[in-house]
Amino acid sequence: MDSLVTYLGYDFVRHALVAGTLAAVLGAVVGYFVVVRNVGFAAHALSHIGFTGAAAAALFGLGPLQGILLFTVVAGLIMGASGDRLQRSDMAIGMVLSVSLGLGTLFLSLYRGYAGQKLAILFGDIFGVSQAQIVEMTILSILSLAALALFSRKLLFASIQPHIAEARGLSLTALSLAFMAVLAVSVSLASQIVGILLVFTLVIAPAGIGLRLCHSFWWGIATSVGVGVGAVWLGIMLGCVTDRPVTFWISALLFVVYMGVEGYKRLR
Amino acid sequence: MPTALKISGLRITLGGNAILTGVDADIQAGEFVGIFGPNGAGKTTLVRAIVDTLRPTAGRIEIFGEPPGRASRYIGYMPQSNSGLELTALSARAIIEAVCEGERWGLPWSTRRTRREVERVLQLAGAAAYADRSFAQLSGGERQRVMLAQALLGEPKILVLDEPLASLDPRNQALLIEVVARVKEQTGATILFVAHDMNPLLHVMDRVLYMAGGGAILGRLDEVVSSESLSKLYGFPIEVVRAGERVFVVSRDGNVAELACHEGHDHS
Repeated sequence: MDSLVTYLGYDFVRHALVAGTLAAVLGAVVGYFVVVRNVGFAAHALSHIGFTGAAAAALFGLGPLQGILLFTVVAGLIMGASGDRLQRSDMAIGMVLSVSLGLGTLFLSLYRGYAGQKLAILFGDIFGVSQAQIVEMTILSILSLAALALFSRKLLFASIQPHIAEARGLSLTALSLAFMAVLAVSVSLASQIVGILLVFTLVIAPAGIGLRLCHSFWWGIATSVGVGVGAVWLGIMLGCVTDRPVTFWISALLFVVYMGVEGYKRLR
Repeated sequence: MPTALKISGLRITLGGNAILTGVDADIQAGEFVGIFGPNGAGKTTLVRAIVDTLRPTAGRIEIFGEPPGRASRYIGYMPQSNSGLELTALSARAIIEAVCEGERWGLPWSTRRTRREVERVLQLAGAAAYADRSFAQLSGGERQRVMLAQALLGEPKILVLDEPLASLDPRNQALLIEVVARVKEQTGATILFVAHDMNPLLHVMDRVLYMAGGGAILGRLDEVVSSESLSKLYGFPIEVVRAGERVFVVSRDGNVAELACHEGHDHS
């Protein structure tokens, strides 16, 4: 207990907690719609396209977040515009995913900087978050959540009953575009914390658990946020105490919770 | 009685295939019209044109004197498929609340008025008893009644039901038809009921719209479903067989089994 308090005295731990909370909240809320809309693979692909963005940013001397944001938002908009069928097409997404990872590999081979950065891109570096990054993340989180709040009612309707929403005059393509843009931003933020390979843990796992457990929208969102934030906090604490990667702890904790929920659902 | 639905010279071509080549129909307010025809006759295409998710190639549709887009507030629509929620625990009530005023901006808060309206349609459709259970765990019949409840939101003047009997057992088919007939009785709504098999609907229909070969004929059951008029519509000899109270449409020579299988597969 003493050691936990000591850890909280360090700037890098406090920064990690703030940044982790932001990424968890945004991931949990956006992830809820990812799961309802059944576009998990598209979300997964977006995060990996972020790797290409980060590699390009390193090569051209931009900040990693800028590079990731640029690539994921553009890719997200293309996916959103290409319509429902393509968004759920494993083949189309798989092709885009592999060509962008290929490009990322090319960029990395051209980049002659410090190789350790490559690992940070892939697995996250939660204790390396600076004050400036936190400001950046806070602004982006607030903007994304505000945008989502603006059209969340339409989005929920269109996600749950697309045929009826279309008949009532909603544009499924416009909603899909707007959502993919928000998803791209939240994927970029989450990749700062848990790394590109593990964005899934923050964007899908908490929301999946919330949706699996709760009968109503708001309870689902609340559970999703609670699970996401809880896992990030506990993960950071365990990371401090055990000196093992925080990313490992977060993903392991969420997996255990997920298994528990699945078991509970099956037993009933 | 005012005209609820006026279709004149409707032609719809999809991807180079002429689906509808000239459909005319004049349906009065308060009528219960069954829409039948073999697979590929364009039943769902016609429905999609009425609910404005498909633009006609030529011809006009008027719903209470207005074009489909603007008439959407008059229409309660139950689409053919409703899937994608299998892995969620969302309740029927949560789903209908999302549909209720789902086209508005903002957060999906349910006002007291929304909740009252949702409770009203659940009662009307006889789905209130299981509205708080997970939609994914409901039986086929229960799900269809929830989807019917959804179509009753906002007291529509015209109900468009696209194959609501598909994959229901005879008991649940009868239950759903009973609910629709009661709704018509209580609210005076016009009913457009698309089905594969006309037999379960014989006692509640006012008129029949039979679609085949790109065209359609509208009239009383004995006018429309006769060997003579259906032979003309199909363009080859058709025999209408009556067995007791029931009606079967079969090909006169040759492939009797196949046509019978198209027409009566729910009872085969």
